Amino acid sequence: MVALAVLVADLFVPAARKPALGWVSVAGLAAATLSLLPLLDGRRTTFCLTGQTGVCSYTADHFALVIQFLVLGGALLTALLSVTALKDARGALPEGEFWFLLLSSAAGAALLPAARDLATLIVALEVASLPAFALVGLRHGDRKSSDAALKFFLSSVTATAVSLLGVSFVYASTGTLYLTQIADRVQHVDGQLHTVAQTGVVLTLVGFAFKTAAVPFHFWVPDTYVGAPLPVAAYLSVIGKAVGFTGLILVTVVALPSYAGAWGPALAVLAALTMTVGNVGALRQQATRAYSAVRLLAWSSVGQAGYLLVPIAAAGYAKNPQKSIGSTVAYALMYAAVNLGAFAVAALVGRTRERNRVTDYRGLYATNPLTALLMAFFLLCLAGLPPGVIGLFAKVTVFSAAVDAGLGWLAVVMAVNVVIALFYYLQWTALLFRAPEGEPVRHRAPAPLTAALALTAVLGIALSGAPQLVLRFASTGLF
Amino acid sequence: MIDISESVMQFLLAFLVVGPLLGAAAALLPSRPSPDRRPSTSRFAAPLPVTGLKGKSPEQAVLRHGVTVTGAVLVAAIVLAAGFDHAQASKMQATTDISWIPALHVRIHLGVDGISLPLLVLTALLTFLCALYSYFKPPAGPAPKAFVALLLLLESGTLATFAVLDLLLFFLAFETVLIPMYFLVARWGGEGRQAAAWRFILYTLLGSVVMLLGLLLIGIKAGTFDMVALATDNGRSLTATVQVIAVLAIGIGLAVKTPMWPLHSWLPDAHTAAPTVGSVLLAGVMLKMGTYGFVRILLPIAPDGFRTFAPYLAAFAVVGIIYGSLACLALAGRGAKGDLKRLIAYSSVGHMGFVLLGIATMTPTGVNGALFANIAHGLITGLLFFLVGALKDRTGTTDLDALAEKSGAALYGRAPRLGGLLAFGAVASLGLPGLAGFWGEMLALFGSFEPAAGLSRPAFLTFMAIGAFGTLLTAAYMLVVVRRVCMGAVPQQTPRLADVHGYEFAAWTPLVALTVLAGLWPKALLGLTDPAVQQLLAGGNR
Repeated sequence: MVALAVLVADLFVPAARKPALGWVSVAGLAAATLSLLPLLDGRRTTFCLTGQTGVCSYTADHFALVIQFLVLGGALLTALLSVTALKDARGALPEGEFWFLLLSSAAGAALLPAARDLATLIVALEVASLPAFALVGLRHGDRKSSDAALKFFLSSVTATAVSLLGVSFVYASTGTLYLTQIADRVQHVDGQLHTVAQTGVVLTLVGFAFKTAAVPFHFWVPDTYVGAPLPVAAYLSVIGKAVGFTGLILVTVVALPSYAGAWGPALAVLAALTMTVGNVGALRQQATRAYSAVRLLAWSSVGQAGYLLVPIAAAGYAKNPQKSIGSTVAYALMYAAVNLGAFAVAALVGRTRERNRVTDYRGLYATNPLTALLMAFFLLCLAGLPPGVIGLFAKVTVFSAAVDAGLGWLAVVMAVNVVIALFYYLQWTALLFRAPEGEPVRHRAPAPLTAALALTAVLGIALSGAPQLVLRFASTGLF
Repeated sequence: MIDISESVMQFLLAFLVVGPLLGAAAALLPSRPSPDRRPSTSRFAAPLPVTGLKGKSPEQAVLRHGVTVTGAVLVAAIVLAAGFDHAQASKMQATTDISWIPALHVRIHLGVDGISLPLLVLTALLTFLCALYSYFKPPAGPAPKAFVALLLLLESGTLATFAVLDLLLFFLAFETVLIPMYFLVARWGGEGRQAAAWRFILYTLLGSVVMLLGLLLIGIKAGTFDMVALATDNGRSLTATVQVIAVLAIGIGLAVKTPMWPLHSWLPDAHTAAPTVGSVLLAGVMLKMGTYGFVRILLPIAPDGFRTFAPYLAAFAVVGIIYGSLACLALAGRGAKGDLKRLIAYSSVGHMGFVLLGIATMTPTGVNGALFANIAHGLITGLLFFLVGALKDRTGTTDLDALAEKSGAALYGRAPRLGGLLAFGAVASLGLPGLAGFWGEMLALFGSFEPAAGLSRPAFLTFMAIGAFGTLLTAAYMLVVVRRVCMGAVPQQTPRLADVHGYEFAAWTPLVALTVLAGLWPKALLGLTDPAVQQLLAGGNR
């Protein structure tokens, strides 16, 4: 609860328009992250139904806390990136609105994993997404930015509407919105309402699949990422995904375990398609095209979303779905740290190289050796090869979830995808160490950007030394 | 044998793995300040001129650092070998067992027995020699700082592969070598290096992710990733289906690395394009990771599954022997524009065929032969790649036709010692009795004369016959190479080539000496491997 309280307080703080606004937000997010600590001991619930125990709207169990930590930590890093971005934009981005939107979106994303009824879930989803549309389109007078926002907005609203329809179907057939109650009652639905319930499930999933950018709801990603300010793209790639897969987990594993036979295979196919389309898309990016760096990260994030879906699909088959969910969470934590790190480097390079092409990273090692080494580390973590040990083991947990659930074909598809992904990640990595073309530009890193880089680097390296820190979620129950 | 306390042994083994890693990190640290040589100007300068022995430039310093670290690792490996209890070669010694990632049941479990000890020493030796060689002859390409760091990272990964006793750690170590090798080939290699490096890494990665699936399957079904526990269990807790699938998946991964025909096609390109040091390590050490995996993982852990595939493995192995030899013969012929490095790479395919044939027999004789051939191939092929690299430095080409022109390169006349060494390497490679190459191939063939129970004897007799024919072909192309490169009339006007330098002697002598030693006294090696192999094949306690 403290987390929520702090977040709500946060929303009012930015009302005071000052240049120091950014730092206030950073401090707020850091405080919110820290306030998760006292909640670590176990589960707390609130907004419960009177008379019935265990039926609540808000539950801060381990699962919720871990995802909240991910969301708030990710938002914190985004905020650090944004401080510089806003300064560089020199008024092109309205500061007050920016912080307000970022924080409210983060609040929604933090609320979502703790939500335990469908209404709260949808509200949280909307609170997280609506500010994101505005964030994407915030750049005044930039056509690309507003185009991106419109594309993002229209497709997202459709998805939300569809999932609202799904929720109403589920409500109609079960008569409750509480996830745990749905899990019980959905098994006793009348024959007539069975179809309605099933349709409802599928439609609800669509909304969250959109957020995770799963195929076929991925087409907005590349253009949106390119059009959005870079920190916002980073935010979407990590927190947007976290929101999506959390919702998926809640709806599938918590609310509808009895329908595992339906959503398990569906998610498995979705995962296979998503990673293949994402990786092939990333592979086809031309390094010399404008904004190809962000575009490549965007496509690769679609691919990574596919990996995130694998354990959720496996949960539909496994005897112990909690372990599979843990794999997703562990993978998401790894992905959040290293992907934000990669975006931090992209932000750094983007400051001097306006067009942010992959070829602009050529010879980065010659001018900024440490940054180049970190970027190489982040990319190899994403690829899952040593020295990115944590990336490797996160992939291993995902693989083992799939193998454990007997999803051999999915594991093989993923194996092929890992190889495809390696190609473009390594190509980029190799470019970092090539001889620079033309006059090398030394990228000067301002303090907030350095802080964000250092934070992600420390996280990534610490996790590589002690993968247990995140991987323990893959062995223990989170609910 | 010296009596060394267990804790010191543990430390030594851990140092073997961690030492190069720390050394790699240290190599990347900025060297002593030298204001006139900022990275941006010096890093990408033209190939460095060979500076003298006393070079004080940062480049020399970092290369010296590489020699120091690999030297320390070699000393540690030798002390470890000295302290190894030879009377109990089948027992895991110097074991460390610490929990690392309880969530995945991954433990840092290190240990060494008669199978892994020779490979550890070989790796440490070859890497040291490579570092020494590069100190005097810096690789042509970008600054040596990254070169040394990658070399050390490579060494760490290889040593870890041979030292770990946990399936997932094995996978981690197996993967660790990919990135350094990729960069070594792609940045310091010769013609066509980019394509070759890509081919190498994509092939091996595809193989190893498939292998990961197999490893996970075993781990999940058996409930542990510990190789010792799994080997003791000897596949009893795995059903036949699981074993078959796991062996297929893991086998593909290892076969790409070994490489087994028809998965070998990355190898000739990678060897040809790699710098001398890269080829030496690739052939001398990294190919062994594949065969070691066969012996360490597949044979004891999934014997039933392996038995199913053993005849196929043997068939592919003998096809590889014949294919490798025929490819070499074609390359060695006049007018074929054969590249010497490519030729040696193909000969590796043939030699690894013998190793795989030995393993496929599932008999102690065959597996011992395979392990022996492993070491012998590491020594001999390492030496050959060094020699060809030296030849390239002197003549500027490795193209056989360009070298031999019409009458032969006449190396005997122009650089007698170099020619002599090359002839020695070739003869050792063709399996002359009395040299290291002989015993491994003979034992592998001998093993297939009487394969393990449950394997079809007629089939293996056929394989043996074909394999024996392969040795003839090997002899044929090696002798052709010697004739074309070493012999011939010395034209009056050609300048004499520089003969073997002092540092080259230093780098090559150990290899020559060990080749002769292993040839004359095979028991030194077989005495180590045999008890361990018997144990592995029989399962049982350790």
